[in-house]
Amino acid sequence: MTTLTPVLTRFWDEPQSWTLETYLRYDGYQALGTAFETEPADLVEQVKSSGLRGRGGAGFPTGLKWSFLPKPDGGPRYLVVNADESEPGTCKDIPLMMAAPHLLVEGAIITSFAIGCNHAFIYLRGEVVHVYRRLMNAVQEAYDAGHLGKNIHGTGFDLDVTVHAGAGAYECGEETALLDSLEGRRGQPRLKPPFPAVEGLYARPTVVNNVESIASVPSIVGNGADWFAGMGTEKSQGFGIFSLSGHVTRPGQYEAPLGITLRELVDMAGGIREGHQLKFWTPGGSSTPIFTDEHWDVPLDFESVAAAGSMLGTRALQIFDETVSVVHAVARWTDFYAHESCGKCTPCREGTFWLKQIMTRLEEGQGTQDDVDKLLDICDNILGRAFCALGDGATSPVTSAIQYFREEFELGMHTPWWEAYPPERSALFPVANKETVSA
Amino acid sequence: MTDNMIHVHAEKHPHASDAILHPPTPLHASDEPYTAEQLESLHRDCAEILARYPVKRSALLPILHLVQSVDGYVTGRGVRLCAELLDLSEAEVSGVATFYTQYKRHPNGEYTVGVCTNTLCAIMGGDLIYDRLSEHLGIGHDETTPDGKITLERVECNAGCDYAPVVMANWEFFDNQTPESACALTDDLRAGKDVAPSRGAATVCKFKHVERVLAGFPDGRANEGLGAGGPSIEGLALAKQNDWRAPGAQPTDQDQASALTDEPGGPHTGHPHSSSGEANE
Repeated sequence: MTTLTPVLTRFWDEPQSWTLETYLRYDGYQALGTAFETEPADLVEQVKSSGLRGRGGAGFPTGLKWSFLPKPDGGPRYLVVNADESEPGTCKDIPLMMAAPHLLVEGAIITSFAIGCNHAFIYLRGEVVHVYRRLMNAVQEAYDAGHLGKNIHGTGFDLDVTVHAGAGAYECGEETALLDSLEGRRGQPRLKPPFPAVEGLYARPTVVNNVESIASVPSIVGNGADWFAGMGTEKSQGFGIFSLSGHVTRPGQYEAPLGITLRELVDMAGGIREGHQLKFWTPGGSSTPIFTDEHWDVPLDFESVAAAGSMLGTRALQIFDETVSVVHAVARWTDFYAHESCGKCTPCREGTFWLKQIMTRLEEGQGTQDDVDKLLDICDNILGRAFCALGDGATSPVTSAIQYFREEFELGMHTPWWEAYPPERSALFPVANKETVSA
Repeated sequence: MTDNMIHVHAEKHPHASDAILHPPTPLHASDEPYTAEQLESLHRDCAEILARYPVKRSALLPILHLVQSVDGYVTGRGVRLCAELLDLSEAEVSGVATFYTQYKRHPNGEYTVGVCTNTLCAIMGGDLIYDRLSEHLGIGHDETTPDGKITLERVECNAGCDYAPVVMANWEFFDNQTPESACALTDDLRAGKDVAPSRGAATVCKFKHVERVLAGFPDGRANEGLGAGGPSIEGLALAKQNDWRAPGAQPTDQDQASALTDEPGGPHTGHPHSSSGEANE
């Protein structure tokens, strides 16, 4: 049996968990001292050998990303923390920064020291004002304690951290769109190469990492790469925060080694909503193909989830029971992608528009004979042809839902979703008035 | 139609094929110039924002938030101010302002109330909440009540899925909402009462106040409110209950002390791994 491993979440239940004072009681900023006694190149090597892979969804090895920076040329190098958490279902970074912002700040300082950065940025989505307050406060506390600023701990190392609030755009979670946004532009992705490691922020070498990745760095430096690599599976090492939401008894954040299964997690969360059964779920946000009740025992690591036809993504487990219309669920995600498509490339801009038209008529029971095949055809024209992963992500729920629930899409040719799946049955609160409106 | 009729599947509900989920709204510019006083304080704040970045264009997003903190939306004069300060054309500034949903194109209410209607929250009840609230307030998406108090929005996933259905009021979290609680929230806001979010500052601040914070000016309220709500520490509570730890992690004095005193995260009896729980499900 896999058990939970609270590392990042370990002290979130403290009354003032976000303060420097609390963080110090839990060995905060100890790893920073260790890092300052280590050669930067050895820190990069340590994170590499820990096996830490990006926690923002793509799973690219974090240390390897750091090692791609070219040799110092005397000009600035940047760390940009991607705190634009917006992937539907994903809700781990926001509570982390609310409860324990110093984990991120310490991680950002260690990372900056490792890659030779003197000005780091935390790009937070703008729609969470209290998290922004907490981050600004933690950064200020770190300055006041001498962990930021000039000649930190007498090492001669200087670092400033700027916390920047975005203004509402899912696309800014894409790392190059995030950089454009941080430069004061529309948040649209850049052509790669050049990759950010070579030409990133202000066309200078830049590392862009997810919040949870950076927040994991102090524990790796403090406990050693082997400690981290000892958790998880052979190729998906360490722990991660699994976010359970939807039709489970106790939704929430469960920090566990990679490779834990849905069955284990839902068991810990008190089971599926009482009196109901699992119908479908996302392993890592809406951009990862859905799973069904065939997938209870898929180990939630990068390789096993991929082998089963999806992606580990952000470990955002959105769980839906048998009361839910898969057509309605997918249609709403499709609305989201159409709304958030940045408009830069044709396959995504036009493709999501047409997906939305068709999904809407299927929702209303007005689909045509050809609609299911037309959806698959449009997805085929988006996947792999869009400028960035947003377009690919838009196809995931559609194609995977058709794969597992084709008959429900065919139902959309004559029956509105709300007749087959009355929405009041899915709601988490009792709906007193069950009166429905006749068309 | 009756008051509390369920609109989520009504023929003319906002997701009908001829309706737009997020209808675009035209720019509503203001030509009235800033007063000398306003300009002086804007310039002072902008200088502080510019100092945070090595390249000045990076200041555009925070300055647009600052403009909203003064004007309540992105005004024509605000666009001109950004263009002048950052050596951009007004078209470049407008192009950025219209890309992001938090920049409002017409005067915003004192409170933006956003109901998450992305899939997870929508299905857990967000659609029912939005429909009831829309009817209760008599306005649709991105519209403002006649008293200028509430602007209603459908918002996308706000990273609070474990607290679904979620409503945001001026970007503070209201967790586990119902149609009734959301209507009560807007009633209280309209009545000028102090309203406390589930997770956030002690009270919801007004739109212009929050926009100033988002421009990067702390308001001294970081230490208000919770660190984490129940679901955020659900796994931690379970781990403590079962004495589960990361390998090699010795319990610190802190862990032991808090394990003895804390019972966070709501009821845990009957948990399958609990040694002491009574089966209740």
